[in-house]
Amino acid sequence: MAGRPQLMRPSIFCEFCKRMPESLIAIGDALPYLLQGALVTLTVVIGAMALGLILGIPLAVGQVYGHPAFRRAIGLYVWFFRGIPLLAFLFLFYFGLCTALDINLSAFTVAIIVLGLISSAYQSQIFRGAILSLSEGQFRAARALGMSDLKAISFIVLPQALRLSIPAWSNEYSILLKDSAVTYALGVAEIMARAHFVATRTYQQLPLYFTAGVIFLLLTWAGTKGLRILEERVRIPGYTTHGM
Amino acid sequence: MEEWLYIRTEVYPALLKGFWVSLELIIPSALCGLIIGIIVGVLRVYGSRPVMAAANTYVALFRGIPLIVQLFIWYFGLPGIGIYLSPFAASVLGFSLCSGAYHSEYIRGALLSIKRGQMLAAQSLGFNKVQMIFSIILPQAIRRALPGCGNEIVYLIKYSSLAYMITCIELTGQGKILASNSFKYTEIFLMIGVCYLVMTSVAALILGRLEERLRLPGFEHDRI
Repeated sequence: MAGRPQLMRPSIFCEFCKRMPESLIAIGDALPYLLQGALVTLTVVIGAMALGLILGIPLAVGQVYGHPAFRRAIGLYVWFFRGIPLLAFLFLFYFGLCTALDINLSAFTVAIIVLGLISSAYQSQIFRGAILSLSEGQFRAARALGMSDLKAISFIVLPQALRLSIPAWSNEYSILLKDSAVTYALGVAEIMARAHFVATRTYQQLPLYFTAGVIFLLLTWAGTKGLRILEERVRIPGYTTHGM
Repeated sequence: MEEWLYIRTEVYPALLKGFWVSLELIIPSALCGLIIGIIVGVLRVYGSRPVMAAANTYVALFRGIPLIVQLFIWYFGLPGIGIYLSPFAASVLGFSLCSGAYHSEYIRGALLSIKRGQMLAAQSLGFNKVQMIFSIILPQAIRRALPGCGNEIVYLIKYSSLAYMITCIELTGQGKILASNSFKYTEIFLMIGVCYLVMTSVAALILGRLEERLRLPGFEHDRI
């Protein structure tokens, strides 16, 4: 018995059981409040994904088809936004740049912009990989049919490449969802901030953070499921990766 | 001139101190995470069914819950059941367990990518299962998992900044303190950003070298 790990000490377990009803009541009371936070989290994540998408596509196209100097600049952008932690960016933008440039943005807006910029760097790499995985014949065939570069890219290359990037994109969703919890540092009223707020008043830290974790798990699960359905829905029969 | 003095007497020592704390967080967490990842990865592929299920649950939980929630559970949550951890210990524990879950995914993928012939050959040479895994399969699998694991270590470097949220004063924390004293948020957080950029770039470089060094000629991905 001597080698038993401390975690299993009966007194701790008993205490845990004794506090069980109290914890459940705390969770029940906080749940509607936390779920409102889930809406905020989802808004931040969807906003950031959209911003990342809008910036990521031109970045990816530029990195594949652009001028060498242009490619280097985009490479630098990606390196910069992928190499610095989110927390440092949030502080830099919210406390630093917004004050220095005298722009008045809410923490919520800054969270979307920062997450979106970082995500654009990651998403550009996803799209770049997808564009490179298409066979080059597709682009050449479009050019042979008399399409301009821009037309060939936007009507032939991108529709296929974007379909191919949905699996990686759903990964990006789950990463963004988890990263969005960090925006709590700025005071965005998302799940984590609300859980912390309730926990510091009720002293039910463990159950409340656990509930927050479970909500994140459910959101991840629902999002990945939804994107898988989207992937099925937009699939063009015969245009799988093997077919090309 | 005054600014330069401020940087030399205040900013530099504080950031240096924070940098060492960051390294003290990152290095043990990366090593522990890798060890956990290898063990869990092996269990997920070769373990018995209940062990496999337990390992899968661990991975699903730790990959699905944001790292910051995990850190809060370790630091603010555990005292609720009578376990008190220092901010440093809670951070290392949180980072190790979280990155262990991610490493195990790469290890698992690499283990599954090793051709069956390797196993059959080991068995025909009289290796038992443990010997086969540790001296034949894992050495190849780890080499294959290295790019993914390296990425995870780079992520860990970035995520180590979250330790500040549970009051472990590392690089970001020192920066926050400096910045709130001097109100020079932009300058100081740009410096912090550069520090992290250097750390992640150097780590990526070292990991690339390691990959190169460990490569076995003839054992590249497409050959086996």
